[in-house]
Amino acid sequence: MEKIKKLSKYQGFWPVIVLLAILLINGIVSGGSFFEIKIVDAHLYGRLIDILRNGSKLMLLATGMTFVLATGGTDISVGSVMAISGAIACSIVDGRILPGAGQNVQVAILLALLGGMLCGAWNGFLVSKIKIQPIVATMILMVAGRGIAQLITDGKIVTVTSDSYYFINGGYILGLPFPLFIVLFVVVLVLLFTKKTAFGLFLESTGCNPVSSHFAGINVNNIKWLVYTFCGVTAAVAGLIESAGIKGADCNNAGLFMELDAILAVAIGGTSLNGGRFSVPASLAGALIIQSITTSVYAMGIAPEITAVVKAVIVICICLFQSPEFKEKMGKRFSGHQQERMAKPV
Amino acid sequence: MSESVKTRKKFRIRNMSLLVTVLLFIGLFTAGSAAYDRFFSLSTFCNLLNDGSYMIIASIGITFVLLTGGIDISISSTIAFTCVFSAFLLRTGFAAGVVIPLVLLIGLLFGALMGFMIDAYKLQPFIVTLAGQFFMRGLCAVISTESIPITDDFYKKMALNKIIFAGAKIYYYVFIAAVVLIGAMFVLKYTRFGRTVYAVGGNELSASLMGLPVRKTKIMVYSISGFCAALAGVVFSFYTLAGYSLQNVGMEMDAISSAVIGGTLLTGGVGTVIGTTVGVMIQGVIQTIVTYQNLNTWWTKVFSAALLCLFIVIQRILAGRSEKIKDVRGKLEKTA
Repeated sequence: MEKIKKLSKYQGFWPVIVLLAILLINGIVSGGSFFEIKIVDAHLYGRLIDILRNGSKLMLLATGMTFVLATGGTDISVGSVMAISGAIACSIVDGRILPGAGQNVQVAILLALLGGMLCGAWNGFLVSKIKIQPIVATMILMVAGRGIAQLITDGKIVTVTSDSYYFINGGYILGLPFPLFIVLFVVVLVLLFTKKTAFGLFLESTGCNPVSSHFAGINVNNIKWLVYTFCGVTAAVAGLIESAGIKGADCNNAGLFMELDAILAVAIGGTSLNGGRFSVPASLAGALIIQSITTSVYAMGIAPEITAVVKAVIVICICLFQSPEFKEKMGKRFSGHQQERMAKPV
Repeated sequence: MSESVKTRKKFRIRNMSLLVTVLLFIGLFTAGSAAYDRFFSLSTFCNLLNDGSYMIIASIGITFVLLTGGIDISISSTIAFTCVFSAFLLRTGFAAGVVIPLVLLIGLLFGALMGFMIDAYKLQPFIVTLAGQFFMRGLCAVISTESIPITDDFYKKMALNKIIFAGAKIYYYVFIAAVVLIGAMFVLKYTRFGRTVYAVGGNELSASLMGLPVRKTKIMVYSISGFCAALAGVVFSFYTLAGYSLQNVGMEMDAISSAVIGGTLLTGGVGTVIGTTVGVMIQGVIQTIVTYQNLNTWWTKVFSAALLCLFIVIQRILAGRSEKIKDVRGKLEKTA
């Protein structure tokens, strides 16, 4: 019991419990077939694998977004950045732009990532140097980004035929989908960077109180700049996965509303949108919750139009349970003595 | 005498961005007139009003929320829901006199519910209205995923009746927007509630310490935003005579950028509804110019974004200057 109490102190505890509950409900409703994992040609198939593979984009975005939200900012341009990176990569692989690169997939990927980095750096520049509110600063790129992507592809939907490019989304290593390894790589890198260096602490401190962090000798502006740049890169990677998945670049629809899902994933993970304490694993759980809701709505045979309604209701419930005011009110209603306990100084 | 200098200076800073907005509108309109034949006419101007009336109503609603420092990204879905739901009810055989009050009430209550959750449980406005957006969009799709035509006589009358004035057509629904604009201006300027909205946006804590009804005001602004979105939905269904679940996707960002171009600060406390209206018109002019130039529609987005960028930087410079004035004044007072 003590152990459970200790565990529940972790930020990732409730999101993971909700995720397991959703999966369990799915398993019961489907009579167990939800958990089935088949091995075909040494590749794993099944609903769980689907969730992981389709959720990889969202997990990447959520990782980048966690840091941005931890500094007290927001980045609503990630969907547009996804479109830009997909447009760059597909246009190069197609030979539409930079024919000198010889339709090289590596060059395409590198340049797409560079594009994402530039977009992120632009956002970071506006936020940290010009001191524009994050939501407005990133709205500029959100509105303009799709236009820029259209400029790159000349307003057309670019399709690519390259097996090595398809590998980014459809490939398998050791029986597991390739996007999963990308997520793993990014997450391990990020965890090492935040847990083993002082960076994580600086980030948290920046989000809690930028002014006092500044006086404590932390270069708040550079941290913000770095964080937005990183978010741009993760968005670019997600854009690559998306475009490899649909085998082309669709500037109008690639990553549409992904920014909202990404922010949602982080919020479900319990990271405050006001900045401060953050947890990347909790955000990943949040991303998987969103993805498994979508997948389970399909799996249960409910009309997919209802997904949005279900998502809305679950999001509100999770947010309510994380709100101290709501807990207090519920506590008052159900048990008087619990409130007394809460009132005592700890 | 120093008092009058002070107020004059304040006045200048406060109205600077509105002035820039109006000048920009005139500039763009003149540029369009210079570049294209038949651009400069009353009917071009009136068409801006005709096409922008629903946008003006929705943007005015969102300005209230932005003034308190909140944000509402549910409005586009509320508009779509209003259109789809009223089209559905009209097809079932309800009269327009029942349908319109009903959808307006739904918008109002939905806004109030979101406002209540934001206020009572201290949830993030962004997240709550995001959930609201999903919810409304989902409900649209539940009602119908196909476009429902509206054949009601009253709607048709509203869609087609117009005043012809010196060769320019002004549709009836433009007057709804005008009434909303005048009403909003009056409320913000001359009522206790309106002044409280600015006070809450300026500094929520001091507003509540002053004894202002912060909680009530916050719920009220979200209700107003929901109501305006529903009204915009009604006007939009006059405009299109149909309800479709995917219409106006992403429109909330246009509304927010209109407000920002019109001089509203997203941190709250600064902004006018007249500025927002001019902001909507500016985006309309850009769209018209893009159409005249025969460019792809996404150029509209690029131009709007560039303008947005320009305006935000201007606001930053102005804000920086007013801070500096405050600093200097503070130093003077100290030395004295």
